[in-house]
Formats: sequence, C-alpha cells, structure tokens
Amino acid sequence: MTTHLIRNARILGGDPQDVLIADGVVREVGTGLGGADTETDATGLVLLPGLVDLHTHLREPGREDAETVLTGTRAAARGGYTAVHAMANTFPVADTAGVVEQVWRLGRASGYCDVQPVGAVTVGLEGKQLAELGAMHDSAAGVRVFSDDGKCVDDAVIMRRALEYVKAFDGVVAQHAQEPRLTEGAQMNEGAVSGELGLGGWPAVAEEAIIARDVLLAAHVGSRLHVCHVSTAGSVEIIRWAKAKGWDVTAEVTPHHLLLTDELVRSYDPVYKVNPPLRTAADVAALREALADGTIDAVATDHAPHPAEDKDCEWAVAAMGMVGLETALSVVQHTMVDTGLLDWAGVADRMSFRPARIGRLAGHGRPVSPGEPANLVLVDPAYRGTVTPESFATRSRNTPYRGLELPGRVRATFLRGVPTVVDGEPVAPEAVAGGAA
Amino acid sequence: MKRHLVSAADLTRDDALLILDTAEEMAQVSSRAVKKLPTLRGRTVVNLFFEDSTRTRTSFEIAEKRLSADVVNFSAKGSSVSKGESLKDTALTLQAMGADAVVIRHGASGAPLRLAQSDWLHGSVINAGDGTHEHPTQALLDAFTMRRHLNPGAGRDLAGRRVTIVGDILHSRVARSNVLLLSTLGAEVTLVAPPTLVPIGVESWPCEVSYDLDAVLAKTDALMMLRVQRERMNAAFFPTEREYSRRYGLDGIRMAALPGHAIVMHPGPMVRGMEITADVADSPRCTVVEQVANGVSVRMAVLYLLLGGATPADGAPAGPTAAADAPAGPTAADAPAAPAAEESTP
Ligand SMILES: [Zn+2]
Repeated sequence: MTTHLIRNARILGGDPQDVLIADGVVREVGTGLGGADTETDATGLVLLPGLVDLHTHLREPGREDAETVLTGTRAAARGGYTAVHAMANTFPVADTAGVVEQVWRLGRASGYCDVQPVGAVTVGLEGKQLAELGAMHDSAAGVRVFSDDGKCVDDAVIMRRALEYVKAFDGVVAQHAQEPRLTEGAQMNEGAVSGELGLGGWPAVAEEAIIARDVLLAAHVGSRLHVCHVSTAGSVEIIRWAKAKGWDVTAEVTPHHLLLTDELVRSYDPVYKVNPPLRTAADVAALREALADGTIDAVATDHAPHPAEDKDCEWAVAAMGMVGLETALSVVQHTMVDTGLLDWAGVADRMSFRPARIGRLAGHGRPVSPGEPANLVLVDPAYRGTVTPESFATRSRNTPYRGLELPGRVRATFLRGVPTVVDGEPVAPEAVAGGAA
Repeated sequence: MKRHLVSAADLTRDDALLILDTAEEMAQVSSRAVKKLPTLRGRTVVNLFFEDSTRTRTSFEIAEKRLSADVVNFSAKGSSVSKGESLKDTALTLQAMGADAVVIRHGASGAPLRLAQSDWLHGSVINAGDGTHEHPTQALLDAFTMRRHLNPGAGRDLAGRRVTIVGDILHSRVARSNVLLLSTLGAEVTLVAPPTLVPIGVESWPCEVSYDLDAVLAKTDALMMLRVQRERMNAAFFPTEREYSRRYGLDGIRMAALPGHAIVMHPGPMVRGMEITADVADSPRCTVVEQVANGVSVRMAVLYLLLGGATPADGAPAGPTAAADAPAGPTAADAPAAPAAEESTP
C-alpha cells in the first residue's frame, strides 16, 4: 500500500503538523515528516476526524428519484463525512434484517463513506408492534440505533418496551419527538408567523411533551435515549435537566435549526418546509448555546432529499425536508465557529467524536493519532463561497441556502486512508467502489 | 399600487382609498341601464378556482364582464400534486393562453403568493381567498360597506370607527384581511371569539381581543359575524352548537345593545341559528345583501386599477377623477350594447 503525507495541517485547529497515512491508518503525526509516495499541502487547512452523521435519509430502497445510496454517500463525502446513519423510512421500511443488510451492502459497494443503517423501532413505522430489533442487530448491518424517524413512537408502552429491549445489545432509541394529536394538520411552527400566514401550527409543546416523557421513561428503565433534531428552547431545558440528573440522554440539532427561523416561511416557499419546523430566533439562540455547552451532543443533518416536483408547488402539499450533507460543516462554521461559540476541537467533538460514540461506531470519531483509522477531513476555513445547488453531489436540490454566502469548504476527505474527495470534489466511483469498505 | 393583490397588507392607505373611491364610481355604472365599460376589452381574466365558491366566482365574473374583459373560468377543484395537475403546470397553461390576470381561489394558504412570486406566469394575481390566510377583496368590500354607513364620501377613511369581528378567527381568511385593511384605514378592530378560535400570536396583530361579546357591543359601530362551521365542535373548539350560540351568537337581544347607528355584517354564507338568528339576519340593520352588491363594485375597481392602466392605450393616471375622464375610463359612453338583463344576472 502506498503512503500519503498531509503536510502542515492544523489538527483540530491547532498548530500545523504533518500526518503520515499508510495502510488505512494514521502512522505518524509530527513535524518535518517525509518519505511518502504522495503528498497533500494542507497549509492553512484544518484537519478533523471524518464527520459522522446520525441522521441521513438516503431514500434507497424506494425513492431512488430523490437519492440513492451512491449519490447520497458521494454527497456525504463531499460534505466531509466518513460515516452516515441511514434512516429507516424507506420503501420498504428498514424494519427487517433483510432491508438493513441491503442498505449496508449498498454502502459497502459505494465506498464513499460508511453507511450504518438505522432500524425501525416498530413494524412499518406504525408505532404498534416492535420490529425484530434483535435480528437487525445480529445482521451484517449490526444495527444499534433504532428510530421510527418521520414518525414519533407516541405510545408510551411501546416506547418503554423499545428502550428496555435494546439494552440487550447496547442499542439506543432515537426519537422523533412529535406528539401526533397536537400536530394534526401542522404546517409550520405555531407562533406569530403561523397565525398571520394561516398555516396550521406545530407547537413547541408537541416536541417538548414527548421529550419530557421519554427522558422520564429512559430514567425509569435505565436505558439510553437519543433525541433527534431538537428544535426548541424548551426541549433544551428538559434535556439539560435530564443530563443534570445523570440520565443517559443524548441529543442532536440540525444545521438548519442553528441558522434559519420561521420568518422565512412568509415567502410560502416550500424549500423552508421541514419537520420539525423552523422555529423562532430565540429558539435558534438557545440551540446554539446548548450545542456550545454540550447539552446538545451532536450536529446531525436530517439530510432529506426530495425531487423538484415535491417542492415546486403550494406549501400545503409540499414534502417536508431539506438536503444538508454538503452544507452542514459550512453552516456550523458560520453559526458556531465564526461566532466564537465553538472552536475546531469542539466541532470535531460535536460532528465526529460524540455522534460516533452515540452510534457505537468503531473506527469513526477517533483522535488523529498514530494507529487510528485514517478517517479524516481537510477543511479550508478561510474560504467563502455562494451556495450553488447545481454543484451538489446529492441527486436533489432542495437546499434552503441557495445563493447564501457561507464560510468554509471541504478540500479533501479520506476514508481509511483512501481519498474520497480531492480538491473539493468526489473522486471517480471506480476509485473507491468496494475497495474502501 | 402593486401589480398583484395577494394580501390586504399589500395596500397602503392611499391604495385602499383609491380602490374605495373607484368602487363608488363603479357602483354608479352598475346602477345604469347599460352596465358595461370597455376598459378591459381584449384583456383576458382567468378565474382559477381550486375550491368551490359560486358566490365569489360569480361576483368576480360579473365585475370582469362589466369591464368587457374576456373571461375564462378555470375550475381545478381537487387539483394538487398528489391528485393530478400541479399548480405550476396549471399556471404555465394559463400563461400560454395569455392570461392578463388570474383570480385565484385555493384551499392552500399562500398559493396566490406562490403564483405571484413564481415565473410561472406574468399576469396580475388577485387573491380570491387562500386557505385560512387572506381574502383581500372581501375586506375591501366590507370596508366599502362600512364607509358608506359610517363615514360616507370620497377620500374618507374609517378613522376611529369601532369594528368588532366575532367568530372563528383562527380559520378565517376574512378576519385576517379585515384586521389588516381596517387598521390601515384607521379603524379600531376588536376580535371576539372563544379562546380556542383565536390564533396563537394574535398579540402582534393591530387589534384588540375579547372573549366577551356582551362587553363590546355598546362600543361597536360595525359588528361583523363570521360563519362558524359546525364541524369545529368535533375538534373540541367548543362544546356544543347551543353553547356557542349562547355565548357568541347574535340574536335580537344582543343586537338591541348595539348603538343605534351600528350595522351588522356577515361575509356569507350565514349559518342561521348558529352565529346569527333569523330575525337579525333579516333585519334592516343587516348589510349582507348590500355587501354582495358592493363586492361587484369593489372587484371592478381592483381589476380596473390593476389592469386598466397597464397598457399604453390607457395612458391616463389611475386616479378616479382622471380615470373617469379618460377615454378608456369608467364611462359608459362607448359601451357595447350588451343586454343589461344578462349582465345583471348573478
Ligand atoms: Zn425526524
């Protein structure tokens, strides 16, 4: 195997160092290293562990018109990710060992980044009967994260049982917290803007009530709970309280909830339609603060690709969701780093270390030190550029950031030492297919 | 004035007064034997109705025909991405047909704004009611009706006039547009409803809110009763129809508590026995029928002002006086001899 030298990289934002990669692992970290077959000049660039996404919708099987595992993992690599958790709301639903293995194999075949399938908690995401959680764990996919994402496990008994059951294999239930009765017909955040626009409200309490119940349930049965896409200041307070109690609760926030507010809905442009909905500026501030102080553990994209026709329509019938893999790091730099709330070590913690730990992903979210897998990303923090969806690797274009100037750019991504992105663009499929995984 | 009328918030005080004053002139035209003006001859106006609303569509259609527009009724009920042709494809079709204006009624809040802001079509977009959002021409006809009773005369607004709107505010596009327009015109608006039917965030609206109808009656110059759908009861917005009527319905006793000059309004269709009793609905203080007639005048004014000045042939400024003197203004001088009877049939 060839050796590769990354020269003058600021590891986690520190002083420039050289990193020698061989056989898919970091062999040496130091200054004045040499003797490698190939080199990357990383002067001015920040080196982070490969990013890990806890919440990605890859759409395959079933909605290949929106995304495939191949296009989605290319987009992930372009965004600096080396591992993504593929959500279970596919067609068919990933609620059996067969489907999760299929998605896992597609990820291996792609080679752009590792795909860790998430299993459904209940059969068909219907919230009634537990799916074969053990079989999904025992499969080649080795599922440890279970979620009915898109739907809430709203039945308290089913939720309790799921939390208990997955303890047998160190699993975690990732809850999409949305009280269904309080959100019937919901179209956007319930508040001043929804009242004016005449759109059905999605009240903060519908999220907070479920989170409050779930942290209590998790504490009662001594289980691990993960809260998906926290979107309100009230949710942050509940999670902060649960953590202070010492309960095993983790949480994620999306990039869009760190930046955008429900004021954008005034345009009725469905590109801003997402679930949970964009909230208020006060919520955004609380979420940033919570991510900074660690109350929220991770940034997760909730990358949700949709074909153009599902967004090029009136608000009420438009699909919910935004693509996010290729803009996540830029949005985090813009909202957290450039504002002084988080340094690059903090970014590595919230976008790699902690999400990998929550997902129990061995080999990801590891420090940049000798002997560790060479899952790495090189970021140019000085770059500023306008978001142009046409340049995306994802199959879909439903980004809320079109035309927005954002800082930072992924220059290179390495998956176990193999470059998946070079000079900001994904390498040819043949260069990674099957080989990296 | 803007090119589209999507929200009552699009109108400045001057815009609104211009429409009301122009509507007064249109009303005079409507009282003539020959009710037709040549103003929009050769212009195509499409009534694009995704929801059934015979009364609103008919009102627009009469207004369009009185202005000599070529009228196309395009009913697209039930159309949506999931059910068939999309709003986008419908709009592209209308654009290809050369629509100069599209009057749109849609069940989805924001659909008219989507049309206006898209590059799907280039004509003017007039909102004829979108979901639970707005219904600006309804608000204009309501303001027109109020002004005639409470402060008649060209150039006059509704400063200091007290308007009380009662009923299902949460789901009412009429209420939203009225609050915006009436506050622009200087009126003091109070919304009355059970708390379940008041939107979250109403504190930011330019109006007061009360849960007690009896407390505000004596301080009301115009009382607007909104329709309350019986189905709301099933979603626990109120316990029973009878309880709603007792607390928020208008009967003869409550009407007697209004000041002598006060009028009772309703955008229709009324649910007699629910929000309004038959004796009130049929009383001379109730302006429901008058509102319908005023709707035609106001819609003529809106179409005239949005479209009339848009071609070089109509070079005259859009002021009511100038317009009346202009060749293509609201004058019946060269109107085609359309049978009046046909034109006045709803
Ligand atoms: Zn979700």
